[in-house]
Amino acid sequence: MISTFTTSESLAAARAANRRAAVAGRTVIFRIKRCDGPGKPSRWEDFKVPVPVGANVISCLQYIAANPVTADGKPTTPVVWDSGCLEEVCGACTMLVGGRVRQSCSALIDDYAPAEGDVITLEPMSKFPVIRDLWVDRERLFHNLKRVKAWVPIDGTYHLGAGPTESPDQQGTRYKLSECMSCGCCLEACPQFNLEEKPDMWDTSFIGPHAISQARLFNMHGTGKVLADERLDALMGMGGVSECGNAQNCVKVCPKHIPLTESIAAMGRATTIHGFKRFFRG
Amino acid sequence: MAQHRVIVVGGGLAGLSASVRIAEAGLPVDLFSMVPVKRSHSVCAQGGINACNEVARQQGYSEYMHFDETVYGGDFLADQPPIYEMCHWAPRIIDLLDRMGVPFNRTLEGMRDLRLFGGSLFKRTHFAGASTGQQLLYALDEQTRRYESEGKVTKYEFWEFLWPIIEDGRAVGIVAQDMRTMQIRAFRADAVVMATGGNGLIFGKSTNSVICTGGAASRCYQAGVDYGNGEFIQVHPTSIPGADKLRLMSESARGEGGRVWVPRKKGETRAAKDIPEAERWYFLEEKYPKYGNLVPRDIATREIFQVCMDGYGVAGQNQVYLDLTHKDEAYLNNKLGAILEIYEKFVGDDPRKVPMRIFPGVHYTMGGLYTTFTPKDDGKGLVLGNPVQMMTNVRGLYAFGEVNFAYHGGNRLGANALLSCIFDGLFCGLSVANYVQDCEPGKAPAAAMAPAPFDAAVASEKAKHDRFLSTVGQGSGDKSFNAYQIGRELGEEMTAACTVVKSAQRLEQCISKLAELRGRFAKVRLSDGAIWTNQSLSYTRAVGDMLILAEVIAKGSLLRKESRGSHFRSDFPERDDANFMKTTRATYNPGSGDHTIAFQDINSSLVKPRQRSYGKVENKPAEKKEPVGV
Ligand SMILES: Cc1cc2nc3c(=O)[nH]c(=O)nc-3n(C[C@H](O)[C@H](O)[C@H](O)COP(=O)(O)OP(=O)(O)OC[C@H]3O[C@@H](n4cnc5c(N)ncnc54)[C@H](O)[C@@H]3O)c2cc1C
Ligand code: SF4
Ligand code: SF4
Ligand code: FES
Repeated sequence: MISTFTTSESLAAARAANRRAAVAGRTVIFRIKRCDGPGKPSRWEDFKVPVPVGANVISCLQYIAANPVTADGKPTTPVVWDSGCLEEVCGACTMLVGGRVRQSCSALIDDYAPAEGDVITLEPMSKFPVIRDLWVDRERLFHNLKRVKAWVPIDGTYHLGAGPTESPDQQGTRYKLSECMSCGCCLEACPQFNLEEKPDMWDTSFIGPHAISQARLFNMHGTGKVLADERLDALMGMGGVSECGNAQNCVKVCPKHIPLTESIAAMGRATTIHGFKRFFRG
Repeated sequence: MAQHRVIVVGGGLAGLSASVRIAEAGLPVDLFSMVPVKRSHSVCAQGGINACNEVARQQGYSEYMHFDETVYGGDFLADQPPIYEMCHWAPRIIDLLDRMGVPFNRTLEGMRDLRLFGGSLFKRTHFAGASTGQQLLYALDEQTRRYESEGKVTKYEFWEFLWPIIEDGRAVGIVAQDMRTMQIRAFRADAVVMATGGNGLIFGKSTNSVICTGGAASRCYQAGVDYGNGEFIQVHPTSIPGADKLRLMSESARGEGGRVWVPRKKGETRAAKDIPEAERWYFLEEKYPKYGNLVPRDIATREIFQVCMDGYGVAGQNQVYLDLTHKDEAYLNNKLGAILEIYEKFVGDDPRKVPMRIFPGVHYTMGGLYTTFTPKDDGKGLVLGNPVQMMTNVRGLYAFGEVNFAYHGGNRLGANALLSCIFDGLFCGLSVANYVQDCEPGKAPAAAMAPAPFDAAVASEKAKHDRFLSTVGQGSGDKSFNAYQIGRELGEEMTAACTVVKSAQRLEQCISKLAELRGRFAKVRLSDGAIWTNQSLSYTRAVGDMLILAEVIAKGSLLRKESRGSHFRSDFPERDDANFMKTTRATYNPGSGDHTIAFQDINSSLVKPRQRSYGKVENKPAEKKEPVGV
């Protein structure tokens, strides 16, 4: 069993060891936290799933959808979950696997449940309202991108020539930041980001590391930086970058390895300078 | 005065670029998607986007050559004027994406870097790391979010399109369902743009995302939109076989020097690294010295398929090596990092050290909703702003992106799809705006119409929905009436009969299997009666729609008695321009549930057809280097 609190190196080592030990043709137990809808109580249900070579959590959920019978033989409803690309690039399939937040499509069963009868738990993220079973509503995550105006304000789609040139180095940094797939793993792990069901509270609650990092991305762009001040204003207000407690949980769980703490530090400095400037300008 | 509105269904590259363009023209847009638009399937595209550029131009390349390559690559099946226009617009599209902030890879001087891709001898593919589609989608997602925050675009995410509302032959709205609350309602609009992508799930496992069922296209087809070239399905030569899907290994792996090979000895048991050069058969390089590993997809697919059928597959299985181990690791990480990580993550081997194992997988839908266009007088391109550009045969109903049948003919060139999606949105988006303002809707906006047709459409969808729900708990629990079971059998049958090699005999067998599945589907039983977030209901409904499109694909395949592009008939191995350089146009008969299929002339006014051989030379491995008597 992999503990929630191990470091990523020992986690990787434990998974690799499991992968080597995986028994062919075994059946494992999926213990899934289920909920029929908002305001409904949660319950756990077990499912027995035969594991083919290369199976991952989604391929097993597909099996359960086609065979909705619990481990003790009772018919039940198919489990509901969110997924898209199945190659860890769309960000849809985030959930807690074995108690730890991650993309489920890339969670190989061999890494978690190498022996016959091993148990894997699946739970929905806790920082977003549950829609049903493993599917949560992440609208707030996208909303927070609006708070920092995460776009380049172009003059329309007319033919106006190329954009600004940039060095390969800067492109490399921007590309890395731009790989954020809005999965929400960082938000689930962040102690400062809490469940907030009321949309009218979103603008004053902690914006989250993903959005802080996006502000940095657009402030780096030749044209995007014309909105830099507005982005920094947003990050200085309620729920802004100063609410980050620097626990660094976010960066440890980001499946895209976005340098979130670097972004938070950079935006922290930028807001400080911005604050001084504003103060002296009056 | 009642306001005009436009509905865009689908938030991939095509839908988002259309939304941005139409909103910019001053019309409010309602944007529907089954997933948050940022998670659309376009996010999966890895390799890049094609366009003529200054460097290639100074080496002798041109927009015209891009056009010619696309026509030739598509084996002369596509109408030519739209391709001409698209290729001439391509450089402007790259510039626009660049202005939107797409982090295109850069040269030392800070210019956009370029890579080589299949079907061309020039570097004309722009790329952003190894996740170009993701980066382009995000740029358009950001622009859409900007318009959304200004109130010009309204998003309906997690809403499923169920049916187009057509009144007096003109699209006036859609019926859609909220996938969470299950509410079904009508939305009015003066034009509807379908941008719902491809249909890979008809083939079970494919490189597509889980929502690429083709359900939306099938519903439009059943409602009266014709379907073009259904039988043309691209099978990507290099995918990674997996339990739940086939993960793509991008063509850029070959573009950056990846070499495809198998051991020369059948039943070879040594590991790849222990097999000396002389005992490896680089069959693509040998048969196609000019293009080598970069022959177009259909050719690479068939060659890989054939080599495995002939018993040369690695470890006796359906797989060949795709080898990058001769390349420098730092170079590989820089150019291909993301896709190599995918391989490592899902297979467990490091492709920088061990050759990858790959096999062809269903990848792209060339066929699609039938669309029209108005060429310029000399045939060189399309008239900008003319209302019919990429309008289907139903007035006011447009099809953009992978869901239409235009541009790619019998085979799509790598890195041309992203281009066609964005081109549709930008170029034809203006046509939508002009249609709404200048044509019939200008006089009679949908918002001012009597409610009857909208209410009727909702009632009809509710009835279908309730019929599915009423099957819960019915019947004996027999597996053969389970939608997942029917879906799986459909996928297996279609992959076996309608992909790399087809024949009359196999196709006829497939058509009877489809009839059997349709019969079973009529008695399908649901396992979830929830009236809240019922995913199995949505999937079940899609299976019914996939069965209908599958018939279009199989029947078109049977009637097209020739081989062209991705469509290879072992019983008709030659291309037959006299009879089949034509669009396959299918029309649905709602009464009988059957299809009328006709072949329609194409506009080939610009380039005359020539043999599509990519300079092939015939060589069998034994004739070359295989040591005798081993
Ligand atoms: C793995 C992979 C790699 C690729 N790489 C490349 C490449 O390098 N270069 C290239 O040019 N092309 C590439 N392609 C092809 C290219 O990605 C696609 O053709 C293109 O992204 C399709 O975009 P689209 O906008 O037409 O549709 P999609 O991106 O598929 O979007 C479809 C949209 O429609 C919505 N939708 C579907 N059905 C419904 C419904 N019933 N109701 C409401 N909404 C619905 C979806 O939610 C989604 O928003 C690749 C394809 C794959 C599979
Ligand atoms: S560093 Fe900040 S944003 Fe990241 S987890 Fe800690 S508190 Fe949250
Ligand atoms: S920063 Fe990383 S963890 Fe957070 S949303 Fe983006 S990709 Fe996911
Ligand atoms: S399904 Fe797209 S990230 Fe897992």
